[in-house]
Amino acid sequence: MSGIHVATTINGDAVEYVCDPRETLLDVLRNRLGLTGAKEGCGTGDCGACSVTLDGRLVCACLVLGAEAQGREVTTVEGLSIDGALHPLQTQFIAHAALQCGICTPGFLVAAKALLDRNPDPNEQEIRYALAGNLCRCTGYDKIVRAVSAAAKDVRKKQR
Amino acid sequence: MAHDTKFTNQEFKIVGTRPLRPDGVDKVTGRAKYGADAFAPGQLVGVVLRSPHAHAKIKKIDTSKAEKLKGVKAVITSADLPDLTKGDRGMLDTLENCMARGRALYDGHAVAAVAAIDAETARKALKLIKVDYEILPHVTDVDEAMKPGAPIVQPHVRTTGVEPKPTKASNVSQVTEFGHGDVEAGFARADVVIERSYKTEQTHQGYIEPHACLASVGPDGQGELWVTTQGHFTFRTVCATLLGMDIAKLKVTSSEIGGGFGGKTHVWVEPLALALSRKANRPVKLVMTRDEVFRATGPTCSTSIDVKIGATKDGRITAAKATLRYQDGAFPSIWGMLGAMTSWACYDLENVKSIGYDVLVNRPKVAAYRAPSAPMAAFAVESTMDLVAAEIGMDPVDFRIKNAAKEGTRASYGPTYGPIGIGPTLQAAKNHPHMKAPLKKNQGRGMACGFWFNFGGQTCTDLNIGTDGTVSLTVGTVDVGGARASLSLIAAEELGIPYERVKCTIGDTASLGHNDTTEGSRGTFSSGMATIFAARNAIEVLKERAAKTWDIDVADVEWRNGSAVALRAEHGNLNELTLAELAAASPRTGGPIAGHNEVVADGAGVSFATHICDIEVDPETGKTQVIRYTVIQDAGKAIHPDYVEGQFQGAAAQGIGWALNEEYVYGADGRLQNAGFLDYRIPVCSDLPFIDTQILEIPNPNHPYGVRGVGETSIVPPLAAIANAVSNAAGVRMTHIPMSPPRILKAIKTAQRERTAG
Repeated sequence: MSGIHVATTINGDAVEYVCDPRETLLDVLRNRLGLTGAKEGCGTGDCGACSVTLDGRLVCACLVLGAEAQGREVTTVEGLSIDGALHPLQTQFIAHAALQCGICTPGFLVAAKALLDRNPDPNEQEIRYALAGNLCRCTGYDKIVRAVSAAAKDVRKKQR
Repeated sequence: MAHDTKFTNQEFKIVGTRPLRPDGVDKVTGRAKYGADAFAPGQLVGVVLRSPHAHAKIKKIDTSKAEKLKGVKAVITSADLPDLTKGDRGMLDTLENCMARGRALYDGHAVAAVAAIDAETARKALKLIKVDYEILPHVTDVDEAMKPGAPIVQPHVRTTGVEPKPTKASNVSQVTEFGHGDVEAGFARADVVIERSYKTEQTHQGYIEPHACLASVGPDGQGELWVTTQGHFTFRTVCATLLGMDIAKLKVTSSEIGGGFGGKTHVWVEPLALALSRKANRPVKLVMTRDEVFRATGPTCSTSIDVKIGATKDGRITAAKATLRYQDGAFPSIWGMLGAMTSWACYDLENVKSIGYDVLVNRPKVAAYRAPSAPMAAFAVESTMDLVAAEIGMDPVDFRIKNAAKEGTRASYGPTYGPIGIGPTLQAAKNHPHMKAPLKKNQGRGMACGFWFNFGGQTCTDLNIGTDGTVSLTVGTVDVGGARASLSLIAAEELGIPYERVKCTIGDTASLGHNDTTEGSRGTFSSGMATIFAARNAIEVLKERAAKTWDIDVADVEWRNGSAVALRAEHGNLNELTLAELAAASPRTGGPIAGHNEVVADGAGVSFATHICDIEVDPETGKTQVIRYTVIQDAGKAIHPDYVEGQFQGAAAQGIGWALNEEYVYGADGRLQNAGFLDYRIPVCSDLPFIDTQILEIPNPNHPYGVRGVGETSIVPPLAAIANAVSNAAGVRMTHIPMSPPRILKAIKTAQRERTAG
């Protein structure tokens, strides 16, 4: 099968690649572009470890084809830091010990960022439902919810 | 030099604080490299062909078409993995589990593997491999497997632990018995005797990172393996043995590990990746799919357990007996034995007996899952404890306090306890505000206790001091949840320097001596101990260098707060020398300054926990919601409390999933029907409340800082605590885990019918 040429924007940079029409965006990111921050935990959209945003919308990169990124904007965990500084979510995840093994962390950060972009002041329940598509097996989610709550406060302070 | 492992009750400066973990930035930026994140020049993609049958004779495997497919570089079957195990049956079982040898023993058992230039080609090649199966009768249920006439899983197995020695094959691989006293006499003396039977279904550790490795073996017999593992040294030994390689010529590097919980203590696909690489003479990357992880790695046992407890009216247990049947999957193991050992460990019993059966079925080979075997036994025992308490009209916490084991108690599994935490965790539960909080309609409260042995084992660390006074600490246990932060704290405490001056790294197998697998909650206990001793060895060197610099006797030098200090009045003119100053001068005073330690870390302190939970049950649908959850556990000493709390919370969450949702569902055909996270549902964020924790610190007398392992114990009480809460909420005793909505609804309906009929 012949490859498809794709021109897209990833983490703000113009990127071009050729991919197989059956190839997922996740495989393109990881195997062709070296962006291994997004992880494959299931390959069926159940675990959220491969969460990225596509034109600002939260998606599982394992359920998007590489070819679908044509002309769109993809943001991965590698694009969360701003001007070389950690995003408040990243800072608070470390400060709250919100990760143990860390394999789910990139997905949680991207999903939490998508939440804060649309709801800068989420309550506990809103955080829990917004992150219900991301599986973590280590933490019991306790410290993750607290970290997101604290980061939301930091983001609001910055925006003021 | 020999070091004293005894607890010394020293005052800590930084141990017990909560600094930021050193691997945090890498893990929040996507830079941390896990099993599937490594690449090698010219690497191939490895994939595995698996049996779709629960039990089948493999009459013939034809790989010729696959081999001819363009882009395929190697195809292997068991013929490429000759038996080099020299009579070691356990090792041969490992080899056979990695690749079927003549018979497929479970749905998902590997039968062949391919390495090709890309995933598409490799998958295409799998379809070209023709396997001629003769389907055999199978058995997947533990009780069915024990019945006479059940299909035999391993014809060579004869039951051990029974007299006379059997001559016929059996699915019961071993029978073990523990206890003391005379249980029949004890039951005869009881005012109340309660006997119940319980079942638990099979669950998986559910780590989010599938098994993954990158293997490279050259024609010179040298190789490297990058792999997500809990024990890279053990992987090296096993892989080298199975492939006939020299141990020193196989370098194994542990990647960052995306969760293990016991499931990454065994090899599964790694020997296949190495064999493919050797045959193709190119690096091979092999990553399991989630479907493969469920079908073909090592979940925990399903079980069937009978418990009998007798007690006097005033709440003293007179006798306790448990019969525990654990399925080990298709290969013999010790999980039933561990269930028997742990079942009564919380209590001080005069007459106690437990009998464990290890049973073979056509399911994947069981691996450890966090405090393996203990949660199921605790479910059965702690449920029955509640029934007895209710029968004699005693508060369930008071009943447990009255019978709790204490220092000097002879444990049901043999040893006599030193200072232990079961009593204190129960007292803390009794005094906890959670116990007094009001409950709403359809809500129930439950509590339960749990025990785990903990483990120490072979450990080796290496501490090197740089000329700028920073310290490189290399350990051989893997970091599954913040260990590098804890071990850095320990090194900094000993040396008297800031935490930030220590960098802890997980060494590969070429950098350190053998380290046992990171299991049994041993990481911080044993590597912590070896780090203390390595630091103390380095301090001896630092003192020698100071003595040399000052030209005085080393006996006159003491190490205080990160500096060498000269003792005695005549040395009063000598200013203390800091670690940084001594390090900077080291090229001129004798070269690099380092401390090493090799130790068998004996004396892992046993650990106990008590959990409290509130559950709401919807009587119309059987749906449950966890309303409140509290974990109380003895940590010995919490080195970094954040990560101790994290272990408590994570273990509780896994227990909650096990209690309420998670279950392997096998069809009549012996195939696993829910090999994915959609149908095997682990708890998500919206399923859980905040999980409160209370850390107790009853020092382990066999560790300089009093550390006990903390990682596992808190998965033990949840099954029982939740079962007690659900039973209290629904008004009917739940005896089958998981308590999924259909099971709860059925129990409620049955009880209603019985009430109406009665």
